[in-house]
Amino acid sequence: METTHTSLLKDKFLELYQKEQEAIRGQATPLVNRIRRNALARFRENGFPTTRQEHWRFTDLSPLLNTEFAFDFSNQSRNIDVDKIFTCDVYDLDTFSITLLNGWFVYKHAPLTRLADGTIIGSLAKAMEIYPAIVDQYIGKAAKTDQYEMAALNTAFLQDGLFIYVPDGVEVEKPVQLINIVNADHPVFLQPRHLVIAGKGAKLTLVHCDHSLTHNISFTNTVMELFAEQDAVVDHYKIQNKGRNSALVTNNFFHQKRNSRLSSNIITLNGGFTKNIMDVSISQPDCVSEHYGLYLVDSNQHVDNLVNIDHMAAQSRSDQLYKGILDDEATAVFSGKVLVRRHAQQTQAFQNNKNILLTDDAKANTQPHLEIYADDVKCSHGATVGQLDPEAMFYLRSRGLCERTARQMMMIAFANEVVQKISIEALQKRIQNMVEKRLKGELSICDQCVLHCNSKEPTTFNIDLSKL
Amino acid sequence: MSDKNDHILEEVSNAEYKYGFYTDIEMDQAPPGLTEDTIRFISAKKNEPDFMLAFRLKAFRHWKTLKEPDWAHVEYPPINYQDLIYYSAPRKRPKYDSLDEVDPELLETFEKLGIPLDEQKMLAGVAVDAVMDSVSVGSTFKKTLAEHGVIFCSFSEALQKYPDLIKKYMGSVVPYTDNFFAALNSAVFSDGSFAYIPKGVRCPLELSTYFRINAANTGQFERTLIVAEEGSYVSYMEGCTAPIRDENQLHAAIVEIIAHKDAEVKYATVQNWWPGDKEGKGGVYNFVTKRGICKGENAKISWTQVETGSAITWKYPSLILQGDNSVGEFYSVAVTNNKQQADTGTKMIHLGKNTRSTIISKGISGGQSNNSYRGLVKTSRKAENARNFSQCDSLLLGDQCGAHTFPYIDVGNRSSIVEHEATTSKISEDQLFYCLQRGIDMEGAIGLIVNGYAKDVLSKLPMEFAVEAQKLLSISLEGSVG
Amino acid sequence: MLQIKNLTVSIHGKPIIKGLNLEVKEGEVHAIMGPNGSGKSTLASVIAGREVFDVDQGEISYMGKNIFDMPAETRAREGLFLGFQYPVEIPGVSIANFMRTAINEKRKYLGLDPMTGAEFLRLMEEKKKMVEIHSKLTNRSVNEGFSGGEKKKNEIFQMAMLEPRLAILDETDSGLDIDALKVVANGVNKLRKKDNATIVITHYQRLLDYIVPDFVHVLLDGRIIKSGNKELAMELEEKGYDWIKKETANDAV
Repeated sequence: METTHTSLLKDKFLELYQKEQEAIRGQATPLVNRIRRNALARFRENGFPTTRQEHWRFTDLSPLLNTEFAFDFSNQSRNIDVDKIFTCDVYDLDTFSITLLNGWFVYKHAPLTRLADGTIIGSLAKAMEIYPAIVDQYIGKAAKTDQYEMAALNTAFLQDGLFIYVPDGVEVEKPVQLINIVNADHPVFLQPRHLVIAGKGAKLTLVHCDHSLTHNISFTNTVMELFAEQDAVVDHYKIQNKGRNSALVTNNFFHQKRNSRLSSNIITLNGGFTKNIMDVSISQPDCVSEHYGLYLVDSNQHVDNLVNIDHMAAQSRSDQLYKGILDDEATAVFSGKVLVRRHAQQTQAFQNNKNILLTDDAKANTQPHLEIYADDVKCSHGATVGQLDPEAMFYLRSRGLCERTARQMMMIAFANEVVQKISIEALQKRIQNMVEKRLKGELSICDQCVLHCNSKEPTTFNIDLSKL
Repeated sequence: MSDKNDHILEEVSNAEYKYGFYTDIEMDQAPPGLTEDTIRFISAKKNEPDFMLAFRLKAFRHWKTLKEPDWAHVEYPPINYQDLIYYSAPRKRPKYDSLDEVDPELLETFEKLGIPLDEQKMLAGVAVDAVMDSVSVGSTFKKTLAEHGVIFCSFSEALQKYPDLIKKYMGSVVPYTDNFFAALNSAVFSDGSFAYIPKGVRCPLELSTYFRINAANTGQFERTLIVAEEGSYVSYMEGCTAPIRDENQLHAAIVEIIAHKDAEVKYATVQNWWPGDKEGKGGVYNFVTKRGICKGENAKISWTQVETGSAITWKYPSLILQGDNSVGEFYSVAVTNNKQQADTGTKMIHLGKNTRSTIISKGISGGQSNNSYRGLVKTSRKAENARNFSQCDSLLLGDQCGAHTFPYIDVGNRSSIVEHEATTSKISEDQLFYCLQRGIDMEGAIGLIVNGYAKDVLSKLPMEFAVEAQKLLSISLEGSVG
Repeated sequence: MLQIKNLTVSIHGKPIIKGLNLEVKEGEVHAIMGPNGSGKSTLASVIAGREVFDVDQGEISYMGKNIFDMPAETRAREGLFLGFQYPVEIPGVSIANFMRTAINEKRKYLGLDPMTGAEFLRLMEEKKKMVEIHSKLTNRSVNEGFSGGEKKKNEIFQMAMLEPRLAILDETDSGLDIDALKVVANGVNKLRKKDNATIVITHYQRLLDYIVPDFVHVLLDGRIIKSGNKELAMELEEKGYDWIKKETANDAV
């Protein structure tokens, strides 16, 4: 059953598509536009997901959709000095940094850069113009628009986002850092689209930071398609630190080929409403797929992580570890699914979700599911919801620690299991620091934000775009 | 596995379903189909009080608004509910004072089933209420039970003799609105068992019921209601068999258990309904709603089930832990072989403070079967210090079967601790070789290892059931390793 | 009793045993020694009937019958016992139940009636005493949570229960402290009879101080390169396997 506002917004999208078709299509390739039309048909059929659907049972989009969003489909990709609106304060983190502002690629030098080793990094919109063959070879191949309504919506309206192509055998030395900034003085609905391709034996580290520089309502619905070709190694980090009024749905589709290694790490520190979908297809043997998550939520924040791993081929290993600490009236959902198909023998799959509830008003729902059709497998899963171990608490207190310190120490230790999976040292330190501050109550969303509106010094809200 | 072993397995797996025989007793049947008239027919046949007919009709009207659930991990062709016969009773409906008066053919049937109606079993101390195609035909030990004030009789008899108790408790744990099959059962149920244990009484016997589906195309819709008053204790056993038939038989039962303050109820099932043949033809559709409520403080209910039969099992014996400090347990072994499909598990709903629940589930799948555990553990905001531990393991015996685990955990307060663990594995070649080297053949080795695997659950069964269950496990797995 | 002629065994195409000859007669104790990877455990597994290995060539006859005609369980029922180097855990299956099943399967094979519960318990008590194991051990699940020593004692207990004609003890001494070693060796010695035979596979000479062999064979790279009496074991302990490698190399020249 669709609520009034979801069906209103659905109609609005369908109408916008008709009206703005030309702007939406832009310079997209014919193939992309064909995919777009199919996705629109899916969206027309299925609409927005509702709580009657298995994967959305505890995550209700409908109140969020009850907003008068403003839409602008004109190309807003342009040259600005991004340093002025945002600086990343991860010290010692030397990255190839790129920025999306309200879903559009903004750049200091060029919209698309081709490095000496052949790596292409930049705007997807631009890539569709300059490298249509590469884009067409991959785009839409991983995103399951039949299965995921929000991915269908994104695909129907895809315009710009991040594009990375790492040729066969190339190791990208510096991590690529994507900074996704939302800044608008009216409620916006954004749908960035990312396409990442790591060729055979390629190596790539991607750091993806979601920030909002506004207190206005925003809804971001992203799709990332990531392809790891044979022997490729990809590490993907997501740091989500968004305002209370922001809603974020990320649809991540990973496709792994023979002997590729993929790791993802999602750290959700803040965000009014967050839903992360990780859908992994292991289509060839001998892959490793590791997925870690940490969510620290309070007030009435809601975070929902869905991890679907499809073992289609033999001798691969997948590992999921998601941990969360929930304070106040926060709610968290974890749905993990491992599917081991008949021919995926010698699969090893592990799945674990652990939650700590700090109050009686917080709620955790966890569903770690296994669906197994091959017999020679090692699969296990576990889930716990509980509190800090009272024995350990007592032990610390008997050594003279006050309850507050003991509690913090325990929480930090709990979170560290995930943080330690981050292999970029500078990033790990920085996140560890943020997590610690967050758990000590010292970090609010504003710490990260250049607006510093919580500080005593007066700040203005509309410093950025007009002044650039 | 070598060809040689395949051969041995094949030979053994051709063993016939032991309980597949058909009893030719004149039946008194309702015409096929389901209308309000069918329901009036059933109710009139059974001479029921008015409230019962009203309940049935309400349930039927509600059922008509429902859709058959499709979320379970099972597949089957659509059931035409208008083709089924909703009432079938042995025509000679006698009142038995002694076993001599019972139709000898019926007794022979029970003999073959090994139903403990005979002298030996009496000595063993078992009271039996046998239900054959829905109508209870004989009860023993009523006297001993009556001395303790325990009521154990057919549901129909209870409706005549204790309408107030039925009225008070029937539908209080599983309302007719609960689900599709519960609504259907509430509308058309034909008979079942009723047990009532008065305050402070420790039931001196293990209560035991056998269900058996006999006639073709009959749905078996029995209903069991167990009420344990304050401080009482009862252990209840239910066994099921059905003869071999090509067509599928539907079984949609309801079991309700109410445990008051300090009461304890143990409910054990060994289910070996006809699972269909190796090609998946025939077999029972077992769509059952079982639920208990720990109403008072310190109440305890445990479900123990050994599921080896049925073509399709859809069954989640659940518990509502309402009383503070109440305890719920679920122990399950589910074996699927050939083309069987099982989607089974439990729900533990923690409402009271300091409530505790334990779930141990062992799924074993062989052949081309699918075996799913589906379970919900929920703690409400008020269920302070609720505890749950779940262990759900799956064992795969071959590469054509599936083993699935679908836990749902919803925690609504900070002092609850809910833990779920699960593993999926196969019997290791090393274990098999170790047994072979000691002179035990392949079938024996698998039986031994599987029984060991399921031991945590089997040990919860009453002694006499446990032996039967162990045999059943081995029989059910014949030919399971491909 | 056991005759092995020109045995060649490989796994996944990789040769492990390369033309091995051995004869064991009733009443004899043979020790097979050799460094890691020389093929000792493979030999034991092949005799016992493990199917992961490919027998490429050669024959093994046991009690006058071709051993390859019999599946593993038949060999066991014919009195062949393998004491495993790494006994596997079988959760939930008690040792008592396991042994009773094994004994009755063997009796069935020999056309005897199954043993009654009382008979079995008596036998078990007797054998437990004989091999000096705790009475509680048999109530536990097979090898589950056992220490290394307990596992090996359990193997010897099972050997006592099954009364084999030919027992092959695969590295039964590994990981044992001196007390456990004595218990194991005592058990083996008590079970020695005129009409049965034992093959002791070991890495070290230490065990042979307690179980005195009639013959010692040195297995190297899939072949028996030297046979002798118990002095050979002493010499080997003293001079190491390198000595024998050189020695045989010289012989070849």
